[in-house]
Amino acid sequence: MSRFLRHIEGAGAILLAIIWISPLVFAFWAAFHTTSDAVNFRIFAPWTMENFRTAWEGAPWLRYFLNTFILVTVVLIGQFILTTLAGFAFAQLRFPGKDFVFILVLMQLFILPEVLIVENYAMVSRLGLFDTFLGVGMPYMASAFGIFLMRQAFKSVPVELHEAAKIEGCSLLGILWRVYVPLARPTYLAYALVSVSTHWNNFLWPLIVTNTTATRPLTVGLSIFGAPESGVNISVISAATMMSVAPLLIVFLIFQRQFVQAFLRTGIK
Amino acid sequence: MARSINLDKKQQTIYGWLLLLPAGVLLSLFAFYPAVATFWSSLFSRGTRRRAAEFVGTENYTALFNDPTFWVVVKNNLIYAAATVPISIGIALAMALWANSKIPARGFVRTAYFTPTVLPMIAAANLWLFFYTPDLGLLDQIGGLFGFSSVNWLGRPDTALWAVIIVTIWKEAGFFMIFYLAALQTIPEDLREAANIEGASRWTFTRRIVLPLLMPTTLFIMVNAMINSVKLIDHLFILTKGGPNDASKLILYYIWEMAFAFFDAPAAAATTVIVLVVLCTVAAVQFFMLDRRTHYQ
Repeated sequence: MSRFLRHIEGAGAILLAIIWISPLVFAFWAAFHTTSDAVNFRIFAPWTMENFRTAWEGAPWLRYFLNTFILVTVVLIGQFILTTLAGFAFAQLRFPGKDFVFILVLMQLFILPEVLIVENYAMVSRLGLFDTFLGVGMPYMASAFGIFLMRQAFKSVPVELHEAAKIEGCSLLGILWRVYVPLARPTYLAYALVSVSTHWNNFLWPLIVTNTTATRPLTVGLSIFGAPESGVNISVISAATMMSVAPLLIVFLIFQRQFVQAFLRTGIK
Repeated sequence: MARSINLDKKQQTIYGWLLLLPAGVLLSLFAFYPAVATFWSSLFSRGTRRRAAEFVGTENYTALFNDPTFWVVVKNNLIYAAATVPISIGIALAMALWANSKIPARGFVRTAYFTPTVLPMIAAANLWLFFYTPDLGLLDQIGGLFGFSSVNWLGRPDTALWAVIIVTIWKEAGFFMIFYLAALQTIPEDLREAANIEGASRWTFTRRIVLPLLMPTTLFIMVNAMINSVKLIDHLFILTKGGPNDASKLILYYIWEMAFAFFDAPAAAATTVIVLVVLCTVAAVQFFMLDRRTHYQ
């Protein structure tokens, strides 16, 4: 009886997996077929690259890829610097007002940048950063989540190492750079993976603060390309979608284990 | 505190504040100041070229509460939350229990569950367009096989919101599964052995031991899912644009629309304030109540 149940469960798990992956698999298949073959579901119809050709010519994808790449890099560098400094202060220094400021920082976990789009937009314009990579990236740089993560990582560094470096004559920033940062490397990696995948996929905020091809990231480009007004057919949209998710998806499939580990590491603490 | 660094008190204070300064400046510019400014501007009327904005107190809120669209949007978002939070948590739990047990093709199953998480919401929406397009879409084709007539899933007020909800669940269940998987791996093996010796069935073991031990994880995921039910609206831009007739419009989309399509900044500000209050309530509830009740150890 229990063996029978186990088989049913296995079948259920696999069925759910097939359902879950099917939109992606189907879009992949459709991207390589003509629209009429795709919508009529002709499984043995010939494969074609035509959709990719049309999609590729329909928008400056290379530029969008580059923009997304720059944006993700800018955000990540900013986050690394700011969260390292703040995380270190919260983890290892004692000064009046620290606890209060820490609570303020944690509050940012709930004051989502997404909800403050109107005032953030006004702020970015005021700073003259409208339609720049810095403007898109800045609201995310002082990430409360990142500060919290770094604080946890730095707290677990043995104090003996700190004192040894101190005796060697290292300054405070020197100790941070030579002792703490190298030891927190796994946390940096995990945070980088989460940050990159978040900002590679971000849409609403870039939609608001970018206005030209020179800054628009992939997601915004894809949404403009696929808009009904632009009149492209569904196979071409599939091709464009596949193109834009391919880099992250391939990286994910190769580094699956590390990726999942990274999400775990950042989520649990 | 012995581990604190051998700097004197004054130096520590100076260093501490200096290190916090860059993050503090950005947090002030893009979180605290905007939050306060939003509240402030929600108290003023909409300025025009001829007349400057003037203080109107709670008038914007009254106008908002008298606007039927606002209530439609609130209702939609409540339905959206009430559906996506429990269903995606339930599916995530099932996924994790399966992906953690000895089933065939486990690698494939895990990958399949998690993959939607790495896709942008915009891309996910594009994939799902295929399923929802009337006549041509897969759903209609499958329905057609069984003799159902064509349904315009995204164009009908009674189905549009649900079409959007399904995409959200598809996108986030695999993400939540990861947290459950991690928690499952911390459950000690001897508990299972003890349950086996006692002759407890697998179902009893899951229900009486595993699920209670997963409670803290469930709460963590629940808060995340609630935040997501405010945040995840990108697919609306592709699938429905909030329509038809506001039937699938969610609050954040409504804020975006008022601010950047209708240029009604005071209304957008008032709505934002309400969302912030709700989010802070969720935060407070999590910090002060639920957290305590679920930590056994």
